[in-house]
Amino acid sequence: MAGSTAKQVLFEPIFSNNPIALQILGICSALAVTTSMSVSIVMCLAVIAVTAFSNLAVSLVRAQIPGSIRIIVQMTIIASLVIVVDQILKAYAYEISKQLSVFVGLIITNCIVMGRAEGFAMNNPPLLSFLDGIGNGLGYSVILLFVAFFRELLGAGSLFGVSLLPVVNEGGWYVPNGLLLLPPSAFFIIGLAIWGLRVWKPEQVEEPDYKMSRHKAKEAF
Amino acid sequence: MAKAKDTVSRTLMVALVLSIVFSVVVSTAAVMLRPAQIQNQNLDIKTNILSAAGMLEPGASAQEIEETFERFDVRLVDLDSGEFVEPSAVGVEDPMKYDMYKAASDPQMSTNIPASEDKAGIKRRPNVAKVYTLSENGELVRVVLPIHGYGLWSTLYGFISLKGDLNTVEGLGFYSHAETPGLGGEVDNPRWKSQWEGKVVYGEDRTEPQIKLVKGGVSADARDKEHKIDALSGATLTSRGVEQLVNYWMGERGFAPFLQKLREGEV
Repeated sequence: MAGSTAKQVLFEPIFSNNPIALQILGICSALAVTTSMSVSIVMCLAVIAVTAFSNLAVSLVRAQIPGSIRIIVQMTIIASLVIVVDQILKAYAYEISKQLSVFVGLIITNCIVMGRAEGFAMNNPPLLSFLDGIGNGLGYSVILLFVAFFRELLGAGSLFGVSLLPVVNEGGWYVPNGLLLLPPSAFFIIGLAIWGLRVWKPEQVEEPDYKMSRHKAKEAF
Repeated sequence: MAKAKDTVSRTLMVALVLSIVFSVVVSTAAVMLRPAQIQNQNLDIKTNILSAAGMLEPGASAQEIEETFERFDVRLVDLDSGEFVEPSAVGVEDPMKYDMYKAASDPQMSTNIPASEDKAGIKRRPNVAKVYTLSENGELVRVVLPIHGYGLWSTLYGFISLKGDLNTVEGLGFYSHAETPGLGGEVDNPRWKSQWEGKVVYGEDRTEPQIKLVKGGVSADARDKEHKIDALSGATLTSRGVEQLVNYWMGERGFAPFLQKLREGEV
């Protein structure tokens, strides 16, 4: 990745090298917090902030970090940032922090944050690492918002809490799809998103690990 | 250079400096934001109380909520005797500062509920509960009582508000639960909650709570319809949990002795 430009590190993770869709990282929180758009947006902002600043901090001290404890050092930096973000949310966005509950804390274990710190920030200058953090946070956000859009619209008949499809429980006509409110539905939507992305960018399709041999009619007997 | 930074002393040094720097960062954030967080938590509780009491204007500002809440009296009640107790009995000055859910895990301040009576599935009950009363011109018009109990996945925490006769429900709401979104989570649905208004908790004898959540809706000519509420569709266990926790807290082991005394004007 040496020699990548600012523009590349900022925009490539959005579609060409998306952390969720291509690297399949950070799926856990994508399942948990995508029931509504407003909650997802706050989660995205939190993740962008944490990846950006942890990349920056790791990159700043990368020359000083002894190899034997580098993972612990990265975890300490990430965990501290996550706690700060959690405290800020509790102070200024209490309602949403209540809905996000443990998932803010679980940003610590979000593979994207750790992956970028170890994979990029350890070998690149601070500014570039900072942009890389923002870029990967944005890549995560694109998928999260895509999932949340369908889950909230079809699962609750609303977007950002504003009712668009009046649901039966409130006297409307739309019978909401309960599955979309449950975490497993995010698997389907992420799967469809990955499919769509790979149709658009065929170079993301992986080589098959093996080839099925041709079926021989004889073996059936 | 790779050698120089990998020595043991260097490693310990980096670890130490890093720990100190980040503990300062984290504790500064925690200390500086603490007042705002406490304010948020208190406001949240007050909002939920007003919401259960049907006194929350949509879009009310923080200050309006504080002002409306000021009209309530916060009192502590001994659940067994049903009498008011002084805040000093539970070691606080301001009754608002008493946390009955924290007290429930303190053996000194709570009692074990025998399994046969533990309808709400909460195992321990605090000895002293925090109640909110509203009087207008010397007459009691609202009593808001905290209730909690187990649903399907989680403990539901909420408030039930009774009218001045201490028998008719004004409203009910849960502020914390983790029931299935779209099914049990519909306990938050305003349309479902609005059914509670005007329901009657006790029967003729005024001791046993009679609330029932029934399947298939409550028709206008149903027997005992004043005690019946339409259950949540697709959420049998959450509905059963809500029914039992309301009956538990309105019953003999809950607030019934207090309400009885209050009705007779003894406290």
